[in-house]
Amino acid sequence: MRNLFDSQLNTLHRKLIEMGSACETAIDLAVKALLEGNADIAHEAASHDREIDQMERDIEAICLKMLLQQQPVARDLRQISAAMKIITDMERIGDQAEDIGEIVPFLNGRTGVECEDIRLMAETAQQMVRSSIDAYVNQDMALVKKVISMDDIVDDAFDRTKETLIHMISSNREDGQYCLDLLMIAKYLERIGDHATNIAEWVEFSITGQHAKEE
Amino acid sequence: MSIITAKDLCLWYGATQALKNINIEIPERSITALIGPSGCGKSTFLKTLNRMNDLIPSVRIEGTVTYGGQDIFAPSVDVNDLRKEIGMVFQKPNPFPMSIYDNIAYGPRTHGIKNKIQLDDIVEEALQGAAIWDEVKDRLKKSALGLSGGQQQRLCIARAMAVKPKVLLMDEPTSALDPISTSKIEDLTQQLKKDYTIIMVTHNMQQAVRISDNTAFFLLGELVEFGDTEQMFSQPQDKRTEDYITGRFG
Repeated sequence: MRNLFDSQLNTLHRKLIEMGSACETAIDLAVKALLEGNADIAHEAASHDREIDQMERDIEAICLKMLLQQQPVARDLRQISAAMKIITDMERIGDQAEDIGEIVPFLNGRTGVECEDIRLMAETAQQMVRSSIDAYVNQDMALVKKVISMDDIVDDAFDRTKETLIHMISSNREDGQYCLDLLMIAKYLERIGDHATNIAEWVEFSITGQHAKEE
Repeated sequence: MSIITAKDLCLWYGATQALKNINIEIPERSITALIGPSGCGKSTFLKTLNRMNDLIPSVRIEGTVTYGGQDIFAPSVDVNDLRKEIGMVFQKPNPFPMSIYDNIAYGPRTHGIKNKIQLDDIVEEALQGAAIWDEVKDRLKKSALGLSGGQQQRLCIARAMAVKPKVLLMDEPTSALDPISTSKIEDLTQQLKKDYTIIMVTHNMQQAVRISDNTAFFLLGELVEFGDTEQMFSQPQDKRTEDYITGRFG
């Protein structure tokens, strides 16, 4: 009875998975560029951002078309409006991965090896992005809660990173510029965690019709 | 404040039960949309409210419907008086084969108003109220059958309003109309709800969302869900409501 609509919803879900996976790759490349001190990989992260921007426009067009053609209500309406909010957060994630990539060439080959927590932040943020999209596609509330709780891991790692960097600067002032660059990178990763949390909260809205309660 | 209240309302056509224990309170001066698949009982419920089902011989009714606190099935109730208070507009525009003026004056005349000046006022007020006055004021003596479908439907709304009812029952009032006429009737309902209570059967989900304050979802003779329209179309409480409004059955 609603074959066309269901096939449009499937397309939307597939595109969201693709965009989420492009975001994961962008984070992966940016962090790899940092850890290997490789400016070429950093450029690649930037090219992914353009691809992610294009995906955002494509998905937006699909959502607008579905709103126009299907005039969805109830859960259908919530899923489509949540998708339109989610892609905004994913687009920001792409930007921030690119921003990290842009900093890497200025590190002169240094790799942030002093800050183990940056790697932890990157891995956790990637997992959050992947899980939040999985939660959307499978309408999985347990996964939503997991993503939201994972943001604490990122935030705690960010706090420790700041401590480490303060310590590095105070013991060697010549590292000041390097440490500030690392701080920026850590901040971008922390923001990526926040965007993944936003995505999870929109998934919660699409499932329950309620926004996550402010903690 | 509710103007019409149904309590444990059951209705049978012969052996077939068409309404099952309907409990609902219709709020005054608002628009209530009745939705549900064909044969779910929504039109039966609508017609019960001004006892149009009395005309069908095999009908049996249990439970109560009160209008302004008064049981509408009580022996003391004059059906003509009830229908003066609770008017009806049908799916297909049904103007009488007479002039525009006489269509509107028909009801007031049957209720004993003969004074020409008084009738003129009633006709103008009703036509103004139904947002059709400007289109017909120069041809009041012409046949109502010469009007377009949308104009005829607004004429029927004006005719219903001419006897100054409190409640207007509308059975899919726009399903036979083009989009422009539909939009005029929808705009009109927004004006009318300041003074009237409107209860409307519609098969058009988007129309229910656009114009109604509350929605009642009927299925197989039961009232499945009743509540705030926006709430029902964004977060329905019952899975059957969700499945119906999202087009999974019906």
